[in-house]
Order: sequence, then C-alpha cells, then structure tokens
Amino acid sequence: MTTLLKPPAPASAAIPKRASSGLFDPKMLLTSLPDALRKLDPRVMVKNPVMFVVEVGAVASTILAFTNSSVFVWWIVVWLWLTVVFANLAEAVAEGRGKAQAETLRRAKTETTARRLTGDGGEEEVPATALRLGDLVVVEAGQIIPGDGDVVEGVASVDESAITGESAPVIRESGGDRSAVTGGTKVLSDRIVVKITTKPGESFIDRMIALVEGASRQKTPNEIALNILLASLTIVFLIATVTLPTFAAYAHTNLSVVVLVALLVCLIPTTIGALLSAIGIAGMDRLVQRNVLAMSGRAVEAAGDVNTLLLDKTGTITLGNRQASEFIPVDGVTDTELADAAQLSSLADETPEGRSIVVLAKNGYGLRERHTGELPHATFVEFTAQTRMSGVDVDGRQIRKGAAGAVNAWIHGQGGTTDPALGEVVDGISASGGTPLVVAESINGTARALGVIHLKDVVKEGMRERFDQMRAMGIRTVMITGDNQLTAKAIAEEAGVDDFLAEATPEDKMALIKKEQEGGRLVAMTGDGTNDAPALAQADVGVAMNSGTSAAKEAGNMVDLDSNPTKLIEIVEIGKQLLITRGSLTTFSIANDVAKYFAILPALFAAAYPGLAKLNVMHLHSPESAIVSAIVFNALVIVALVPLALRGVRYKPSSASAMLRRNLLVYGVGGLITPFVGIKLLDLVISLIPGIR
Amino acid sequence: MSDTAAGLLQVGLLVALLAAAYRPFGGYMARVYSSGKDLRIERGAYKLFGVDPKADQTWAVYARSLIAFSAISVVLLYLLQRLQHYLPLSLGLPSVPSGLAWNTAASFVSNTNWQSYSPEQTMGHLVQFAGLAVQNFLSAAVGIVVAIAVIRGFARSKTDRLGNFWVDLTRTTLRILLPIAVVGTLVLVAMGVVQNFSGGHEVTSVVGQTQTIPGGPVASQEIIKELGTNGGGYYNANSGHPFENPNPLSNLFEIFLLLVIPVALTRTFGLMIKDKRQGYAILGVMGTIWAAFTFAATFFETQGAGTATQAAGAAMEGKETRFGEWASALFASSTTGTSTGAVNSAHDSFTPLGGGTALFHMMLGEVSPGGTGTGLYGMLVLAVLTVFVAGLMVGRTPEYLKKKITAREMKLVSLYILTTPTLVLAGASIAMGLAVARASIFNTDSPHGFSEVLYAFTSAGNNNGSAFGGISANIPFYNTALGLVMLLGRFVPMVLVLALAGSFAQQQPVPITQGTLPTHKALFVTMLIGVVLIVTGLTYFPALTLGPLAEGL
Repeated sequence: MTTLLKPPAPASAAIPKRASSGLFDPKMLLTSLPDALRKLDPRVMVKNPVMFVVEVGAVASTILAFTNSSVFVWWIVVWLWLTVVFANLAEAVAEGRGKAQAETLRRAKTETTARRLTGDGGEEEVPATALRLGDLVVVEAGQIIPGDGDVVEGVASVDESAITGESAPVIRESGGDRSAVTGGTKVLSDRIVVKITTKPGESFIDRMIALVEGASRQKTPNEIALNILLASLTIVFLIATVTLPTFAAYAHTNLSVVVLVALLVCLIPTTIGALLSAIGIAGMDRLVQRNVLAMSGRAVEAAGDVNTLLLDKTGTITLGNRQASEFIPVDGVTDTELADAAQLSSLADETPEGRSIVVLAKNGYGLRERHTGELPHATFVEFTAQTRMSGVDVDGRQIRKGAAGAVNAWIHGQGGTTDPALGEVVDGISASGGTPLVVAESINGTARALGVIHLKDVVKEGMRERFDQMRAMGIRTVMITGDNQLTAKAIAEEAGVDDFLAEATPEDKMALIKKEQEGGRLVAMTGDGTNDAPALAQADVGVAMNSGTSAAKEAGNMVDLDSNPTKLIEIVEIGKQLLITRGSLTTFSIANDVAKYFAILPALFAAAYPGLAKLNVMHLHSPESAIVSAIVFNALVIVALVPLALRGVRYKPSSASAMLRRNLLVYGVGGLITPFVGIKLLDLVISLIPGIR
Repeated sequence: MSDTAAGLLQVGLLVALLAAAYRPFGGYMARVYSSGKDLRIERGAYKLFGVDPKADQTWAVYARSLIAFSAISVVLLYLLQRLQHYLPLSLGLPSVPSGLAWNTAASFVSNTNWQSYSPEQTMGHLVQFAGLAVQNFLSAAVGIVVAIAVIRGFARSKTDRLGNFWVDLTRTTLRILLPIAVVGTLVLVAMGVVQNFSGGHEVTSVVGQTQTIPGGPVASQEIIKELGTNGGGYYNANSGHPFENPNPLSNLFEIFLLLVIPVALTRTFGLMIKDKRQGYAILGVMGTIWAAFTFAATFFETQGAGTATQAAGAAMEGKETRFGEWASALFASSTTGTSTGAVNSAHDSFTPLGGGTALFHMMLGEVSPGGTGTGLYGMLVLAVLTVFVAGLMVGRTPEYLKKKITAREMKLVSLYILTTPTLVLAGASIAMGLAVARASIFNTDSPHGFSEVLYAFTSAGNNNGSAFGGISANIPFYNTALGLVMLLGRFVPMVLVLALAGSFAQQQPVPITQGTLPTHKALFVTMLIGVVLIVTGLTYFPALTLGPLAEGL
C-alpha cells in the first residue's frame, strides 16, 4: 500500500534532541523586558495571586515612601518592584522563545490562492481563506497546498520543512494512511487533488502558532491545584503579617507598612509564584523543541502520569524491517557457499530484507559486495506473487530464495529432493519468531537446497534499557503487533517489554486500552492510521504521527511532526520533568522562608526584647541591612532560577523513592541552607551602602 | 531512683501500655464501624429517634446531621446552665450568667472544655453530669465519627456515601466510650479518685482556716474527661486536684487514657483502608512529634532558667510535688498534643520556653496524636498536603492512598489549613488591640502577658481547653470571642474534611506502581513531620517571637 521513497521514521530521531531547549541566553532577559513591563498591568497580574500581592505591596510602599523617605525605604521599594518585574520577566522569556517559533511558522503561512474544482469539472482560482470544508483543490508541483486536507486523488512528494523542519520530502498519496497534507507545505512533484478538512483560521498551522505563542494557553489542572495551594499560603502569611502590629504594639514596637510589606513578600511563596507559569510554558516548549505539538497542557501532565505505554512493534521497538541474522547451511554445504549463493540471489533485491542479506554476507562472511554490472551473463528473477521466489540465473546455474514451501515445490518440480534437516531448521526458525528463507540451486537440472537464511526483526539498540527504566518508573510497556503469538513473544522477550498483544486488530487495541483504564490506569499510545483514530481518542495520551491521516491527527491530543513512535517515551519524561520542576521549586520556595524569618524577626524586635538578638544567627550587620538583604535575596533568587525553570530540573528515570530522596535533599534541604548563605553574603555588601543604617 | 530514671520509666511504661492496647483496641474499633449488626439497645434508640440505620449518607447529609446534632447540644447545654437554679441537684448555686453559659456550652460541645469559671463554685451536680459529662461523651464521639467517615472516603470508591452519622455516633458512644468509661471509673476509684454525691467536706487547712471541698461524681467524669480528650475538670485545679488525680499511678493512667483513642485510631485507619503500613506511618509521625515535644518540655522544665528556679534546683512553681517535673511535663505535652486541655500543673508557671513548647504543640493543629478523631483527620489533611508537593517531586500528579489530589481536593485542604490560624491570629490580634481585653492581663507589659492571650486563642481555636492562667477570661469579650473561635475552629474544619472525604470516595482508585510515591516509608514520614513543623511553625513564628521566645531567650 505504500510507495515511499524513503522510510518515514528516521531511526536517528531516537536520539533525544537536546537542541536549544535547555539553554538559556541571558540576552533574552533584556529583549523580554518590554513584555515584562507590560505585564505589570494589574488586570494581568491578578491572574497570579502571589505576585499580585507583591505588586499591591509595591504600590502601597511607593506611595508611603514619598511621605516617609529614607534610603532604606527606597531600597525596599525598588526591590519590591524588581521582584514583580523579575517574575514577569521569567514568563516573558518563556513566551519569547515560542514567539520566535511562531514567526517562522507565520512565514510559512503566506497568502496563497487555491485552484478549486467546480462541480462541472472546471477549475476556479480563489484565495485560500475562502476555502470551505469539503472543497476539492488541485495542487501541482511547485505550488503551496492551500489548506489542511486529505489527498483524494494522485500521489506527490511534498516538502513539509515549513512545519517539521525536516528537509527531505515525504510522499503523500490518496487512500491509505499517508493521505493527510498540511496547508502551507509545498508540492515538489506530480499533481494531487486535496479535499479540505479544516476551516480557514483553524488549520494545523494556525493551531501551532497559537500553541507556541501561548495564546491559547490555559492553566492545566495540576497548575490550578498548585495555584490554590500557593494562594492559601499567601493568605496564611498575610494573616501572620497583618495581625503582627497589635502584637508588636504591646511590645512598644511600631512596625511601618513598608517593613510589613517586606516581611510579607519574603514569606509568601514568590519564587514558585513567579516561575510557575514559565515552567508550564517551558514544558510545552520542550515538546515543541522535539517536534511534538501538544494540543493541551492537560495532555502533557497526563503524560507524566501514564501507567501503560502501548507501543507498536514496527518502527518503535524494531527497526521496522526483518533482517538477515544468520545463514544455516544443510546437506554438507559450507557456510561460504551458502553465503555466496544467498548474496548472488539478492543482488538485485532492493527490499530491505534483500539488502540485509548482502550486508550479512559481507560483514559475517567476508564476501565482497558484487554489483549487478559485474555479472554480464546474469539474469535476475524478480519476486512475483505467483512464484514467491526471487533469484538469479548465471552461467547455467539457477539460484532461488524464497519461502520454504515455494522453494521446496521448485526443487521437487525439478526432480530434486530435500534433506529432512532442512525442515527442522525451517521449523526451528519459525518457532523462534523468525522468518526462514530457503536458498536453493539447480545446476544442469539437479536441484537441491543449500540452506536457510534466518530473517528476524531487529530490536532497536538500547530498547531493553529504556524499558527497564520505564519499569523502574512504574510504567508498563505493551508491544502491539500484527504478528502471530510466536513471533510476537520472541520479540517481546528480546526487547524486554512487559506484555504484548499479538495479531492485534484496531478493536483489540481499543479493548486493551479500555481494560487498562478500567483499572484506573492512564494509557499512552501512538498511531497514524484512520483505524487508529478511536483508540487514539480513547487513550489518555494519544500521539498521532504527522505522516498519518487527518482523522488520526484529529483524534490524538499530540502530534509528532517527526512521525517517530519512539518519542512517546520522551513525551512521558517531559511530562514528569514538568511536574518535578513544579514540586521542587515549591519545596525550595517554602524552605527558603526559615532563613528569612531568622533575618527579619530579630531585626524587627531585638530592640524591644534584646534576647531575640540570639535569633540573628547570621550575624547580619543591622536591622535595616538584614531586611534589605532578605528582600534582595528573595528577588534575585527568581532570576537565578529562571534557567532552571525553563530547562526543567535534572531528571533521571528511577523509582519514586529515589527521586523523592534526591529532590528533597537538593531542593528541600538546599532550600533551607541556601538563603542563610545568600542573605549573609548580600548583607556584607549591602551594609556598605551609605544611608543604610 | 533518680528523677531522670523515674521519668524515663514512666514514659517507657506509658508507651508499653499504649503498644499493648494498640492492636486489640484499634482492631475492635474497626470492627465496630464495619459491622452490619445493631445491638438491641441501638435498634431501640433508632426506633425512638426515627433513624433508618441502613441509610448511607452523602458527605453533605452526614455533615448536616452532625451540625444539627451539635447545634441542638449547644442550645440544651446553654438552657441547662441558665435554668439550673430551678432544677434539682443544683447545690443551691444560681443561674449561670448568659455570657459564661454560652462560652461553656460552645466549649463542651466543641470538645474544647475551656473553663472560664471555677466549676465547684458555678456548676451543680445536675449540670455537671447531665450536661457537661454527657457532652464529654457526645463531643468525643462526634470527633471520632468524622474520622471514621474520612477513613471511609479513602477506603471506598465510586460512591458518594460515607456512612450514617447517627449509627456511627450511637456505636461510638455505646460500644466504645461507655464500656471503657464504666471499667475505667472503677479503676480510678480504686486508685483513690472520689465518687459520691456529697455536698462537701469541711477541712481545716495547714494555716488553720476552714475550707469546704465539695465531693461529687468525680471519677465518672474524670474518666471521660481524659478518654474523650475533653479536659474539663470537676475542680478548678483539674487533674492537679487530689480528688481527681491522687497519685503518680492515677496520673499515668490518666495520661494513658487521653492518648489511647487517638493512637489506636491509626490502627483502625490502617485496617479499614486495608493497608496497615499507612496507619503505622501516620502513628510514626504523631509519635515522633509527641516524643520530641515531651522531651523538649521536660528539658526546659528540668534545666529551667531563672533565678528562683536555679536556686530551687527545679522549676516547681505551679507543679504538684507528688508528680514532679517529669510527670508534669509528660502530662503537659500529652494534653496539648491531644486537644485535651486537662492539666496536672499550671502551664502558666512553666519556664517561658517550657510553656512555649506547650503553646507551640497546640499550634501544630492538635495532631500529635490529636483529639479523638480530630487528630487522625487533621493529620490526614496534612498528609494530603505533603503528598501534593512530594507527589509532584516524583513526577506524577499527586495521589494519596490511591486517590488523586486535584484542584477540588486542594481547595478543601487549603481552606482547612487556613481556618485555625486565621481564628487564632485574628482573635489574638483583636484582643491585643482592645483595651478592655488587654485589661484582663495580669502580667502587664511583659511578653508573658501577650503569651497568655495568644495561649487562650490557640487553645480555643484548636479545641484544647487548657489555659495560661494569669488572665481573667470571664469577661464578655473573651466569653463571646473564645466561644465563637471554639465553635468555628471545631465545625468549619469538620465540614471541610467531610467534603474532602466525599470527594475522595467518588474517585476511582489509581493503581499503585513503582512510580507511586510510597507514603508508608521513613522518607515520607520525615517529610510529613517537616511539613507539620514548618508550615505551622512559619505561620506562628512571628507571634511566638513576641511571646515565649522574647521571654525565654
């Protein structure tokens, strides 16, 4: 059914692209500054309750600073504003990277005209924006496809680099699973008729632009839950702060509003509050960097929770083609003889299987690869459905290779007999899940079998390790294949998946997903065909291949532009990394408060109760420098953590216990200690500022 | 035997007693709430009150039943006090003033047992046993049934039903509290606690004055006072009074009583959710915090700073010589860790940091091990909060006991953890801002005066009931404000936690895999302890600085 020029899924994509996603360019802070300032609009700020409180505090302090001016007060005011700006900057930087991407996409979306077919068989030129659902348009070599749709007639090579970044052209043809075309891509050869499947403005490219720009960004469920927690912590500290003046008054201490605001801002979880939305945007961005488009942030979160991964065997677990792994001679034939015959018979065989035989003969048996031109007398026999054999006739010698039954029939047809050992070898290979190809020759009318080529599915390198990691993370892997039980079992064992589904029909796949989900499990899968669509829609994370049909892309909640099924594993990791980053920075943020109390409380009350000076464990220079140091630290830590928020915390697949231990140690204990050091260092500098007492 | 050895022996004995009771008692309670059979007397009660014992209630109906029942209890208890002079067995005492009657009604129904009066001079026998003692049973039972409903929320799935409030309440009272109370009363009487209907004894004191000490059904009230983590004493001196707590043995028994239900409920929890390890983990958190506070209090009392203390060699002011520092500190930490509020010594007279330890222990939200039922569900809410952050750190949307913690659950948890600190800090702040409230402080112009006010609101908001004396709380402001704080601090969290349980019950359980955060291991226990200490510590740290820390450092 396919007539592809090249295999659709480059195996090299299995290597994760680290690309620019992880890197953070300090210059971006500067270029994003205007955006950050624009976000100071209270109508925007109110969406982030933690930072809104900081902004309100900054406004109040500014007003009061005019009536009660001092170097100390102005330092506080300036750093309160910087805290807000830094938070906006984090978000702006995260968004900025998407904007750059959107620009590239927009360029692809140039105004095009479409050649719409009219009912009477004629053609009319209309602007692409005038196309409606169901319209048929003609696109020829050199033209831009005007809208998303399915090829209903013809076959063409298409340059999809505008959306995938992959320069090699792909084949799109009517019928089958490679019929979807995307508006904005370019037809390189031939002529196709496309049936438009999306309305203008809702095309794939439009959605991509909206996604990477964050325009359609909605808070994800877990983000909402975390925001609720942060808001309630903010309220708790607000109460702790506003109730303080009457307590302090009893101790004959007058607390100024500016100082109270400083205390409040230090206590509320500003670090995570400032970075939360940047973390979310960056998470989506990391997917985009890997050429995966998530249609919702919810799907990215769900990816982190996946319990069961359904993986198609072909292309995901195995290289996609069976390959020769062994030559097994029979009847006294030597290895080299068999290898030589096998190579000769495959010289003209351009199928991947045929190529692999030549390669094995060369690598395993030292046979130089001959070219068809070297054998002038050779007549190559092509594989046909009738003979089910291919081979070569050279110098009176006929060599055939093919399925055991067909080759046996050929031998017997010429009066030859077959060694019973041959049958055993063939059965043995079949039982192990491989495919036996029998090689035979006929010289002067005497036919005999030379031996068997063992073809087998080759499991991609490193798959077993990846599945082991998955298992450690509590994710069950299930291999889906159309192969029979025996073959499926053999490959499943070799690859190290937890389970397999053999002779799978789309219905079987659907039933498996439903069964898993009934047990409360979350299922992720990839798919490309129209018959995958229901399963893709049913799965919690359904990744459609960009090479697949529109129906599949519509049904899934992610699209992989590289059409690389292995990427599912990376998607899960990105989902997890996103959640871990949120949790770790929340822990860090809360742990920070301890040190800030030790900086600020003695500064406020040691004058009234000298015993409280003992709480000044950092031996900060003066009450004013202590408070300023705390607030400066609080603001700077946001900037310092922007790269981490954008990159995501380090993630290594391991068990939940191991991950918790590590992250608690780094972000919990680290979060307790870091501010003690940071505030002390800042105090050493700040105490030198003239005017700070 | 040295003081330290004796003290450690007491603690060891106490732990051994609790350990012995843990399995059988926890298992018994689990069976009580899982059984499908009603006793004959229970069936009679259901018929009398028109309750259908088979009706399973949603969280909202459960909560409504609970609130209605408690509201009626407040009204009845209020009327009983106001009308006591018309009723028999009043010992000739007059009607209780309205402000005090309100405060006391709120206090006993909310299981706080804050007493801003001197019982022997205010309440007659009838109010004591038909009003206060009855509420001692019922308010304790109400706390336990909420915990049971919350456990069911975790244990059940795909249902909106949490059980039947009336059945749970009846079973708690008849099958758990009453039998233990009957046996326990006899034990206490055997240990020397009084039990009679005497109007009082005339005694001559050492300085030659005559003094009337009323008798009464003390032992029967004492038992439920401790067992139900109530704390309202028959006498003003509470468990420091020799008629309530005559000797070290009765002292140890009383401490055992106030810890036994909250501790054993963790077993009930483990059994009902079919994962005993989770119960051990919760108990581990409770036990560790309790042990830490017990030893902190003991340390501060035995190492007491201050001239008088140093000269005397011990901080014995306000303590009974028959108990000493260790037994006093042990009682103090157990009573503040359980929301009981019974005292065998004057917390106000503890060293500043020792008293601060008791204050901080209450601030944790009464979860170590907390009041009957309240301790368990309070700790479970904190566990959910911890899991939310810890769960993210292992790369999954958080789940606890196979239930997902989504925005809805977080909303309820957030409101829960906001309620008490808001009541305590706002109440204390208003009090410190009002001249009339400040005038009640005897220790004017010292951080200790502020500590007393803070202690009062902390005690009320967390339904503890113990007090720093040194503040005359029987004025309209405190009676009204503390009454409100007690009721809100009791019932707002209860409704929220029932809603949380309802939300969990409706969920489909999530399977446990290698990627699931294990919540029964030491690492999680440690993190939960950290959250309990840091989250509450951070909330109250500024206030504590101006109170016990200012005084003690």
